[in-house]
This record gives sequence, C-alpha cells and structure tokens, in this order.
Amino acid sequence: MKMELIQPFINAADAVLAQGLQSPMSIGNLSMEEEAYRRKGVAALIWVSGDIEGRIVFDLDPETAVRVASRLAGAELPESDELVQETVCELANQVIGNAVTSLNDQGFHFRVHPPVLHTSEHGPKCSEDTEALVMCFETCSGNVFMNVALRYNRSPQAERAAAGQ
Amino acid sequence: MEQFVPVKRSKDGQPVRYLVVDDSVFARKNLAQMIETFGGQLAGEAGDGMTAITEYERTNPDIVLMDITMPQMEGIEAAEKIVQQHPEARIVMVSSVGYQENIVAALQRGARHFVQKPVKPEVLYEVIKYVMGEDGTVAHAAGAGA
Repeated sequence: MKMELIQPFINAADAVLAQGLQSPMSIGNLSMEEEAYRRKGVAALIWVSGDIEGRIVFDLDPETAVRVASRLAGAELPESDELVQETVCELANQVIGNAVTSLNDQGFHFRVHPPVLHTSEHGPKCSEDTEALVMCFETCSGNVFMNVALRYNRSPQAERAAAGQ
Repeated sequence: MEQFVPVKRSKDGQPVRYLVVDDSVFARKNLAQMIETFGGQLAGEAGDGMTAITEYERTNPDIVLMDITMPQMEGIEAAEKIVQQHPEARIVMVSSVGYQENIVAALQRGARHFVQKPVKPEVLYEVIKYVMGEDGTVAHAAGAGA
C-alpha cells in the first residue's frame, strides 16, 4: 500500500486522538498483516467505496476503550456501557472522515459508509490487491489500533487525469 | 468544559433552541454538552435524516446541527427537505467528512454553514453567533466569560 494512502490516516488519528484525549500521542508499530484480521477488543468497521475501496477497522482493547470513553465522557463508564462502543465508532468516524477529506483533496473521490460495530472475532484475510496495514497509536489511555485495507479502484486514465497529465 | 457567554434569541431573550442530528449517541451527547456551555437549550435529537425532518416539525428549533453520513437518509438530503418546507431554517452541517464537494453540496441545498469534526467548541460557538446573526444576541451576564 502506498504511503500516499497511509499518511492521511496517521495525520487524522494524530489530530483526532490528541484533541479528544487532550494529550499527545505517538506512533508505535506499523506492520503488514498477512493473516486474517483478529479483533482486539471494541472495534468499529468502516467501508469506503469509490476511487479507493476497502475497509478500516479501528480497534481498542476493552480496558483502553473504557478509559478513552470515560475520558471523553468526563465520567467513569463501566465496560458494559453502550457509550463505550458508541465512542469507539464515533472516533473511527472522525479519524476516517478526516483522512478521507485529505485524500479527496489529493483527487481521490469516494464515499464513506457509516461505522458499524465489528463484533466477529475474525475479519476477512487481505488479498493480493488489498494489503492490510496495522498501525498502533500509543495514547495516554492505552494503545489504539487501526487496520487499513484499501486498494485503488480507478482506471489508469483517471489516474493520469488526476495527476494532471 | 469551557463556559461561553450565552447566546440568546433577540426577539424574547430566551435560550437558542437546538435540534441535534447524528447517528452517534456519543456525538449527540458531546454536542449537547457544548450547547449547554453556549447557554442554549436542546429542543430535540434525531439519529437519522428521516427522523430529523419530523423532529424539526415537532420542535421548530432555532438551529439544527446536522451530521452528513447517516443511515436511512443522509444529512444533506434531510437539510434540503427541511429548507424546502422551512426556508428560514438555520442548518449547520457537522461532519468529519469535510471535503469541498460535500461542503458545496450542503450549502447549495440550503445549509448555512459547515463545521468539521472533531468539533472545537470555540469554533462552533462562533458559527452559532454568525448563523443566528441579528436574531441572536450575546447576553453578557455576571460571572460568564468566553
């Protein structure tokens, strides 16, 4: 996966998490995932379609999800609280929305679908043309994982047009 | 959360009434908290565009804060339908997807302004004052400060 696709997600996660948690974050491991995706805890799944297609999973282990949601809610929340899941979905929506906005400015056009809670333990294995990159963001509330599997979905002519050639 | 100088309605000095439309409960709670710090009043909530239209009819709010990406009916379409029936409606789109086409489409269909998520309270506050225009007044009260 090209860096031009990844950098907007890193920048968006940095901006959204740092603002929401009122604390700087750092980027931890970045790795390619070759096996089927395994959920870590509370995960939100967002599909994008258009010039770039694929899915992004925003994933927090249960303890981190509770800490993040409690911090954003301004009150201690129990793990069972629906607001914990809602918070993860909305954070995913904000990170991915901001990344997509940036990619759109680069000439890619696509549609973002509403986030859904990802409840199955495993996700689809990436394919030859859809590599999955796992990013870890280290925040004051714990590690936040983002699994990005995207592929280009536009013709070479459109590529050249977008590049102004 | 920071407290702002309350924005009131010019005609009767009452708090500005808001309809908050977002499919995320978290986002609605977050916006409701901000509205409180602006001295406003939550008139209603909706989780999709269809419900937003019926809630608008029911509550007749001063301002609608409307998400874009929602199930059933998206925010831009809902905004257009509300403005068709109520040209005076003040709708502010609040979305994480802030690219040019989205903003232009929203404004062309009747939205008054656009705020990108994550929402900064001080940005939304300024937008509210701008959108209310002469129909809103900043009520300087003892002890309040922006």
